Amino acid sequence: MAALVTVNDLHVTFPGGGTGPVHAVRGISFTVERGECVAIVGESGSGKSVTARSLVGLAGPFAEVRAAALEVDGRDTGGYTDRDWRRLRGRVAGLVLQDALVSLDPLNTVGQEIGEVLRTHRVGVAATRDAQVTALLDAVHVPEPAERARQYPHQLSGGLRQRALIASAIAADPPLLIADEPTTALDVTVQASLLRLLAERRAAGSTLLLVSHDLAVVAGIADRVLVMRDGLIVEQGPTQRILTAPEHDYTRMLLAAVPTAASRGHRLSSTTRSPLPAPAVDPSRTVLRADGLHKHFGTRHAVNDVTFTLARGEILGVVGESGSGKTTVARIALGLLEPDGGTVHLGQTRWTGVPERRRRPDRRRLQVVSQDPLSSFDPRYTVEKLVAEPLDLRGAARRDRVVELLERVGLGAAHLRRHPRELSGGQRQRVAIARAVGPRPDVLVCDEPVSALDVSVQAQVLDLLADLRAADGTALLFISHDLGVIHHLADRVLVMHDGRVVEQGPVEDVFARPEHQYTATLLAALPVLTG
Amino acid sequence: MLKPILRRLGSGAVVLWAAASAAYLALRLAPGDTVDTLVGDGPDTPQIRAQIARDLGLDRPAVVQYVDYLWRLLHGDFGRSYVLQRPVVDIIGSQVWPTVKLTLLATAFSAVIAVGLAIVTAGRARWLRGLVSGIELSIVSAPGFLIGILLLSVFSFQLGWFPVSGDRDASALVLPAVALALPIGGLLSQVIREGLERALDEPFAVTARARGLTRSALLWRHALRHALLPAVTLAGTLIGFLLSAAVIVERVFGRPGLGEVATEAVNNKDIPVVLAVVMLAAAIYVVLSTLADLAYLLIDPRLRKG
Repeated sequence: MAALVTVNDLHVTFPGGGTGPVHAVRGISFTVERGECVAIVGESGSGKSVTARSLVGLAGPFAEVRAAALEVDGRDTGGYTDRDWRRLRGRVAGLVLQDALVSLDPLNTVGQEIGEVLRTHRVGVAATRDAQVTALLDAVHVPEPAERARQYPHQLSGGLRQRALIASAIAADPPLLIADEPTTALDVTVQASLLRLLAERRAAGSTLLLVSHDLAVVAGIADRVLVMRDGLIVEQGPTQRILTAPEHDYTRMLLAAVPTAASRGHRLSSTTRSPLPAPAVDPSRTVLRADGLHKHFGTRHAVNDVTFTLARGEILGVVGESGSGKTTVARIALGLLEPDGGTVHLGQTRWTGVPERRRRPDRRRLQVVSQDPLSSFDPRYTVEKLVAEPLDLRGAARRDRVVELLERVGLGAAHLRRHPRELSGGQRQRVAIARAVGPRPDVLVCDEPVSALDVSVQAQVLDLLADLRAADGTALLFISHDLGVIHHLADRVLVMHDGRVVEQGPVEDVFARPEHQYTATLLAALPVLTG
Repeated sequence: MLKPILRRLGSGAVVLWAAASAAYLALRLAPGDTVDTLVGDGPDTPQIRAQIARDLGLDRPAVVQYVDYLWRLLHGDFGRSYVLQRPVVDIIGSQVWPTVKLTLLATAFSAVIAVGLAIVTAGRARWLRGLVSGIELSIVSAPGFLIGILLLSVFSFQLGWFPVSGDRDASALVLPAVALALPIGGLLSQVIREGLERALDEPFAVTARARGLTRSALLWRHALRHALLPAVTLAGTLIGFLLSAAVIVERVFGRPGLGEVATEAVNNKDIPVVLAVVMLAAAIYVVLSTLADLAYLLIDPRLRKG
């Protein structure tokens, strides 16, 4: 029998604005056999999503799709009309996108969303539709499916929402399921359970095409991996071979860039395994101390008895899932939120329970790098103004210092006149770091600083942070949901769950011999690059 | 659930009080004297003037008059018209239905125009959207009476399809309602079209299309409700505005209604009638904006708190 998907020399072009047309996919060929699980892996702008969406004719309203062959389920979609595409969508191929909160219509119940597929493709009759919807939700392991069907997406947890989205994609029983970053915004334990669900669909005979930026996520489930970059497939082959014996430099770079236990102490942005500069932690000098912090939001105990210290030059990782209270701890440490109980000291200075006026002179000693630098920048400021703002300098000295800071983070004088929007995500994060280290702070609070970045850019930023702390002795309070990042970078780790610190200690000890059940669960859920 | 409703009613009461006070103040500060109007061409002696002022309570201090006026408003007593010597409630009551009829029909027309144009043109070719949007903007910018006169000269004088003036039958209602509905429909259409296009760009629209939905199913079943959210707020205000627009349109088309009552009363400084009209308009605004808030809850489940 012929392959379920055959793509031969696919090109997708978008008419660009002032910059001319954008050639998003530049002549790629691949097949997906029936019952197979194929993963397309690449960074942003690689063309992986556009490729997947081209298979259902949804590359975009202005996209120009050309191919020598683009066959799905034995039919060439070359001359497809709107009507032909509609018959294919949902019936031959189901599509699951990232984050069901925005990928399901927020104004409809999930039952309506799933029922819509059945109605559109006339699967079953109206009288039994509710029962069908319930059965579908049950099939994706949503508990209490009949009640859930009557709820709206915002009333469900991220994991249940994503399951409901998968239920709507498989409602008309399509042979092909396309999942574009299906687990990206989810917590690691939820991600693990959704990957099990996808594996289960596949065992039941579905063909899967996964799209992901994360090699580790697809490694455990995909038979074959296609690595895409700049609209081309640079390498494709069986998952095992790609992971253990990558042939292309780019694949090697991607693999080396993934922060893990093994990469600890070494540069991520280099394929030759070069060591990072040794940290100079001075345990005798505490730069930040939190004692018995509590914070309530309404009836929720968001932070419950959190105590930690941070020594000069140390990186303390705070890891936890969404709602664990880690960001609240960061905001209390930053003096942006008063705790309901407990104290924070910055060095010897009392930091909580004092008026902001008293805190202000010491604010420069504590700087922040957030997840999305774009929203923490004034969009009308130039890079020069952004970095110069916290500096106490004037005129030429100021400009020299800004250039010096930009050079430290791998940028330069050429970027002075740029605006945040004109920078890439990685460049923006570098500017944010340059701005944060400008006043020579004792403590840098990093709240998910690499979560929005591509893996290769994440590698460069993590290397940069390691270099800066080694050179300046700056301490880092590093908040992340990503255990790999924490394991790679942090000296000590604080594991948070439901507002409590369930475990803390040196990273190697905690990760090698977790004492708390929750830490063990997190570690077990972590997708690993098994070679 | 109860607390927001109470807060809503409270702010409605404040709006009504503010409207009553502002109207009262404006009329007191306006040039001209009520007693002059009432004396008119009749015998004019200081005794008669004093008698009129005493009868109407105009000789009392302004603050006392104001408090007395509020107190009576609270009891639904709008007083008697100075000029027509009939209870204000009767005067308004006899003229309110033609205006309400006109406004309701105009509202229905504008909804059809707005949703229809937006659905047909959203996400279509640039030239089509530009053309329709340009026409909408010209209609929005044209004064109401001009649209009325144009409609009259084409459909009444030239084609003879509709009567020129009066309120004899349903056909007399069509042209004034269209004249009122066109600018509002044009404005709402712009808002709805923008909302539709924004909704079509959302990931859930891609998901919906990936299920095999047709364009029109996507627009009607998904995008339209999203587009209605901003339109509903605006519609609440615009329908209130319809009432004041109706005053002019009623004149152009020679229709009975509140428009005539209001203009006559202002000219004659017939304070009780003017105040009643103002209070009616304010009450309608309060009701409409409350309805708009409730419509929000109906459209968007995320706003319903458990």
